[in-house]
Amino acid sequence: MGKKINERIIETAIRLSGFAIIAFVILIFLFLLKDSLSLFRAYSLKDFLTGQKWLPISEPPTFGVMPLLMGSVMVTFGAIVICVPIGVATALYIAEVAPGYLKTILKSLIEILASIPSVVLGFIGIVWLGPFVKNTFHLNTGMCGLTGVFLLAFMALPTIISISEDALISVPRMYKEAAYGLGATRWQALWRVVLPAASSGIIAAVMLGIGRVIGETMVVMMVTGNAPILPKSLLQPLRTLTATIAGEMGETVSGSQHYYALFAVGLVLFIITFILNFTADIYLRKGRR
Amino acid sequence: MNGANLRQKIAFSVLGLVTLLVVIPILLILYFVISRGWSAITWEFLTAMPRNGMKDGGIFPAIIGTVLLITGTMAFSLPLGILSAIYLVEYAKDNLFTRLIKLSVVNLSGIPSIVYGLFGFTLFVVFMRLGVSILAGSLTLAIMSLPVIITATKEALEAVPMAYREISLSLGATRWQTVRYCVLPYAIPGILTGTVLSLSRAAGETAPILFTVAAFYLPRLPNSLFDQVMALPYHLYVISTQVPNMPEKLSFGTGLVLIGLVCLMNLVSIILRSHFRKKKQW
Repeated sequence: MGKKINERIIETAIRLSGFAIIAFVILIFLFLLKDSLSLFRAYSLKDFLTGQKWLPISEPPTFGVMPLLMGSVMVTFGAIVICVPIGVATALYIAEVAPGYLKTILKSLIEILASIPSVVLGFIGIVWLGPFVKNTFHLNTGMCGLTGVFLLAFMALPTIISISEDALISVPRMYKEAAYGLGATRWQALWRVVLPAASSGIIAAVMLGIGRVIGETMVVMMVTGNAPILPKSLLQPLRTLTATIAGEMGETVSGSQHYYALFAVGLVLFIITFILNFTADIYLRKGRR
Repeated sequence: MNGANLRQKIAFSVLGLVTLLVVIPILLILYFVISRGWSAITWEFLTAMPRNGMKDGGIFPAIIGTVLLITGTMAFSLPLGILSAIYLVEYAKDNLFTRLIKLSVVNLSGIPSIVYGLFGFTLFVVFMRLGVSILAGSLTLAIMSLPVIITATKEALEAVPMAYREISLSLGATRWQTVRYCVLPYAIPGILTGTVLSLSRAAGETAPILFTVAAFYLPRLPNSLFDQVMALPYHLYVISTQVPNMPEKLSFGTGLVLIGLVCLMNLVSIILRSHFRKKKQW
């Protein structure tokens, strides 16, 4: 009978682990919500969401999330505009054009890029890309939105490439063969048949890429100049949601309004990425069917 | 037809050029970090304490800190990740609860690392009173690593042919015996690969450890799991942004050690994968 008891213990543990995964998401949400609500007891939600000024240590402090949100949106938009065409083109090349040996090399290189820690890319941004951007665009400082955009686009590439490539590969062979049978060239089959058939997977790739970029912290904190003002262009210093939390958390007093405001910023991030991932998942499922 | 062939040639060339545009910066960055950092790598750099406000000496405590964090992360995330993947593949019925778990995995993988940092700080450091410690940092990184481990384990389990389970069950084995003796052994390589990969990500993360474990400057080794430690990624952040007149060589050296560590772990996972693939029996 000893074995039976062991088995019951392990099966309980297995069930509990499944439950724990759900619990973590709920816990993360609740803990962020709890501290955010502490802010909104004293500070109006409307002022937080629509406020144009983030001045947490002035008297009285204002916690308008708009400048940070716009900072995040602008760098994300810039990065996505750059990396989606490049990423999808690379995925097409790897999936359909490159010969076998090259495919392996390219895929390993993309894997290496995916594993380079973001803090290293941020460092490269400081010593190399920042000065380059400064000189190229004749700016006062290279620590601006654009430097962040380049690095973030680069960082999002592995996500976009690998998920698009999966989507391209899982298009049934028959589609291509039918196109060949009708006299299409490889490129015509690729462009007119395979790519549209993989579109929902590619949309998912873009969604996940956006999530990756908007959630990136170290790179933007190190290279975008950290100016919490409503940005007018990518050529000036700005600050994102993530960098605000990372940069200010260490300086706040636990339990102060500023402290709670950072959790509210975290909650905004949580909700944005939740929606992005949820939508991406729907598209991925659609693609698989 | 000739026009179409020409267009194909042009299109494929463009695709190739764009790919080159992706590849060249990767190689440049690797070359840049290796060539500038290599001269900093000495025995002393790897095994000595930092001195003189980190401008001299080595990065030993940061290396040890990162190794401790990886170990701690693995201790928490590996059992939990494997067990929940077993639940999803071997036990779960297709119901709302299962769908909720799958949705949770998807969302855990998308939560920004800095939000994990905030969460780890309120739950582990403040609420559970673990303080800013190795324990709190490892737990935070462990939750962050779960989705990759679960996804890898799930795929590895699903790849084991159904017939293995059916034969085992038909011989009177219980469900757990089937999983333990007929499924898990064949899924181990896939699980290991995913685990090492997720740990290499955790090793390079800075945002989740900012408020949960990382020490700005702590030139000694930790005594217990409740101590703070320095960590490689945070150390690189500190010396490249917070320390004025930092010799660039040391920053590049730290970056090189960090990339080296992460690539080494990736290499291990690749070797494991190919080693076991050769032995695959179906």
